[in-house]
Amino acid sequence: MAAIDILGLEKTYSVGFWRKRPKRALKSLNLSVEDGEVFGFLGPNGAGKTTTLKILMGLVYPSAGSARILGMELNDPLMKAEIGFLPEQPYFYDYLTARELLEYYARLSGVPAKDRSRRVNEMIERVGLKDSASVQLRKFSKGMLQRVGIAQAILHDPKLVFLDEPMSGLDPIGRREVRDLMEQLKNEGKTVFFSTHILSDAEALCDRVGIIHLGELRGVGAVADLTAGVQGRVELVWQGSTVPASLKALGECHVSGDMARIIVPEGNQDAAVDALRRERLRLVSLTPVRKSLEDYFVSQVKGAEAAGAKA
Amino acid sequence: MSGRILHIASNTFREAVRDRVLYNLIAFALLMSGAAVLVGQISIGIERLVVLNLGLTAVSLFGIVIAIFIGIGLVSKEIEKRTLSTILSRPVRRWEFIAGKFLGLAGTLTVNTICMAVGVFAALLYVSHHFQASDGGVLIALYFIVLQFLIVTALALLFSSFSSPLLSAVFAFALFIIGSFAEDLRGFAAMTQGVQHWLATGVAYLVPNFSALNVINLVAHEQPVSGQLVLYNTAYALFYVVTALSAAVLIFEHRNLK
Repeated sequence: MAAIDILGLEKTYSVGFWRKRPKRALKSLNLSVEDGEVFGFLGPNGAGKTTTLKILMGLVYPSAGSARILGMELNDPLMKAEIGFLPEQPYFYDYLTARELLEYYARLSGVPAKDRSRRVNEMIERVGLKDSASVQLRKFSKGMLQRVGIAQAILHDPKLVFLDEPMSGLDPIGRREVRDLMEQLKNEGKTVFFSTHILSDAEALCDRVGIIHLGELRGVGAVADLTAGVQGRVELVWQGSTVPASLKALGECHVSGDMARIIVPEGNQDAAVDALRRERLRLVSLTPVRKSLEDYFVSQVKGAEAAGAKA
Repeated sequence: MSGRILHIASNTFREAVRDRVLYNLIAFALLMSGAAVLVGQISIGIERLVVLNLGLTAVSLFGIVIAIFIGIGLVSKEIEKRTLSTILSRPVRRWEFIAGKFLGLAGTLTVNTICMAVGVFAALLYVSHHFQASDGGVLIALYFIVLQFLIVTALALLFSSFSSPLLSAVFAFALFIIGSFAEDLRGFAAMTQGVQHWLATGVAYLVPNFSALNVINLVAHEQPVSGQLVLYNTAYALFYVVTALSAAVLIFEHRNLK
């Protein structure tokens, strides 16, 4: 059974004050996330990531389509007891302390009274807020609030965790801690669905990613599979400062000291090696340049924008 | 009752306390002590009447202001600050959230009224030096005031479920003012004819009848309040509160929380 099953989900908002006009935030989204998977939902700002998450959380109603989480309907309280959610830039009741807030959420999530205190203490320790647990949230920094947000999302030991831009606003250490925490969740066998526009995070953490742009899903798959489709490049390094004329035509060459290098498309690899052989230059290394998720992401986003401009 | 409703209610109560809403009791205490001292000096023979009129009217006005100004933010503030998203992503139904918020503010107002009632009785004791049997009527007047708070809170919550805080405050306050003259409105409707009659009657019966819930003058003049009126007002207030809350739930259930 898939942890998340989305079928033809659409959302159209009415925008404008006097003359209302429809704005399609989500266009027939079909997506399935497997149990125990870490799934990254990627897209630039305004792509439809948060709208999707809000629909899944029951905060916004879809215009068409349906979705099931853990095999249950979106409004099923039993399902909601099994999920955790961190909204983007979370804001909490700032008159409460971190401990009071977590206790409140634990009650609402149905954590049994006998386990409540222990769970809250564990969470406070896990997100590194032991020293500020009794401070009102109005005195917390953005990074500390994000930690509270993560704690409230996993407090009740959910099977599936939704995180909307979990690294947003965090310093490098905070980002590393969130990444470590997500890895821990994965090791505990939990399903993690997180949205982000920080591609390096997705590349480092995700089993699979989905790329959404202008409300449309542009690609889904494992990072390696997605980037395999993008034409690769190879880097050639040779000894000497001589650059054969035939090589110059294949790409930009760089000379540094007594070494030179060039990056060429995979298709031109043999021609480049032949050119070096002809000039009797010693090839030092030939390394495939790994295509990053960013390359794939940019190609999909630009492709969507070009298609939109044509239409 | 669902435990979740009680948790939301107790958090709403805690919010009011932490936001220093109950500080209004200090102003009320100062008003009552000042009134008791002054009345004793300037109004011979009618001290009880003045203290009761002033005290109960102050209880009513302080509470109405709290009910409106907190009530209008009960839902809209949660949407605006997005605190609602971490509540509704838990096993909390939207109607439970509305019910919890209502009960939380109703509880705050009841505690506030009990504290103020102690102040009114203390001032009464100061000017009369003893309690009398007719003082029991003061409790009924206070009970009716609490019923008014419940209606105003339900209306503020209803407006808050679809409108901005400013408009909600205007609507709720306007309805309180019009409702305070509901009996006059009904009298006016009885004098009109034709379409105007039906229209005026409709409006007169639609607005909350706060004038029937105001027995301050009656109690201050030591007039008895009938048991029938207590029953009628209780049923009326409950009906009005349930209707307003049901409408709020209906609107809130269909709302997209962007």
